[in-house]
Amino acid sequence: MHELSLIANLFEIMEQKAKEKNAKKITYVKLKVGALSGAVPDLLETAFDIYKKDTIASDAKLEIETVPLKLKCKECDAVMEKDDLVLNCEKCGSTNLETLAGTDLYLEKMELEVD
Amino acid sequence: MKKKQVMILEDLLGSNKKIAGDIRKKLTEKGILAINLLSSPGAGKTSLLEKLVEILRPDYKMAVIEGDIETERDAERIRAKGIQAWQISTGGACHLDAKMIGKLFSEIPPDLDFLFIENVGNLVCPASFDLGESIRCVLLSIPEGDDKPKKYPKAFMTSDAFIISKTDLLNKLPFHIERATQEGLDVNPKIKVFKTSAVDGTGVNEFAHYLIEELKKLRCSNA
Repeated sequence: MHELSLIANLFEIMEQKAKEKNAKKITYVKLKVGALSGAVPDLLETAFDIYKKDTIASDAKLEIETVPLKLKCKECDAVMEKDDLVLNCEKCGSTNLETLAGTDLYLEKMELEVD
Repeated sequence: MKKKQVMILEDLLGSNKKIAGDIRKKLTEKGILAINLLSSPGAGKTSLLEKLVEILRPDYKMAVIEGDIETERDAERIRAKGIQAWQISTGGACHLDAKMIGKLFSEIPPDLDFLFIENVGNLVCPASFDLGESIRCVLLSIPEGDDKPKKYPKAFMTSDAFIISKTDLLNKLPFHIERATQEGLDVNPKIKVFKTSAVDGTGVNEFAHYLIEELKKLRCSNA
C-alpha cells in the first residue's frame, strides 16, 4: 500500500500548481495511471479521499484513466498494446522493445476555482 | 468565482526520480556500484548478503543499507560480518524511497566498491521507487512458488537480475525452476537469472562474479 505516499506527492504538486495559478479551490483532478505503474486505482481513490479533507481540494472529484501498456519494437517498428505479460514483439518476436506508455503515473489536469 | 481547467502532466514519482537520479550520478562518479535488493519478506536477502560479503570481502570494500519496518536485526547480522551497515526503520512504510537514501549519503565512505541496499520485504511497492541504484535484483525463493513473476510483474520488469533463492529446497517442494525462469524472461527478456542457496553456497560465486563485472563496466564508462 504505497498509494498513500503517491497521493501525498500528488497533493504537493496540486497545492503548488494551485498557488501558482492563485486558485481558491481545486474542484476536479484527473490522473493517468499506467497498467504497470504499480499503483492500484481503487486504492488511489481511497487514499485521495482520506488525504483531501481540510485541503484546498476537499470537495474535488477524482477521475482516473487507466493507460494500457504500449510498446514499440525497435527491430520492426511495430507498435502494440500488451496485456499478456509476454514482452516480445507480436510481429517479429524481437525482445528489443521500447515502452511508450503504461508504466507511469501522471497528474494530467485539474479544474480550479479562481477569482 | 470562475472555473478553469489547467493541464499539468506531472509525474507523481517525479521528485523521487530526481533525487534518485542525483544519487546515481554521485555514486557513479565515485565508482560505487549500488545494488537494490527486492523480494517478499523471508526470501533470503540478508542470508544472500552474508554469503556474498564473505566472497567479496578479501578484494572489495562494501557497505549495506538495511530497510525494515522495525528492528535493527538485519544491520546487526551484517555488522557481525565486520561490514559497515545502516538500518533504516521505516516505522510502517512498505518501501524505501530515494529521500531516505539521500539522508544517509554523507555517511557513505567515498572509497566503497559496492553499496548494497536491502529493501523492505515486499514484492509490490518497492518496485515503484528508484533509489539511485545501478543494479536492481529481485529474489524469489523456492517456498514462494514458481508462478510469481507474472503475478508481481513490476518487480521483475524493473530488475536487472532475478535470483531464484533457497535452491537447497528444490527436492522438497514442487517448484519448477524452468517455469519460474521462463516467467521472469517473459516479463523481462533482458533479465539475468541466477540460482542460489545461502545454505550450501550454490550460485553465490556466479552472482558475485556478475557484480564484479558490472562494477568494472561502471568504472570503464567513467574513464
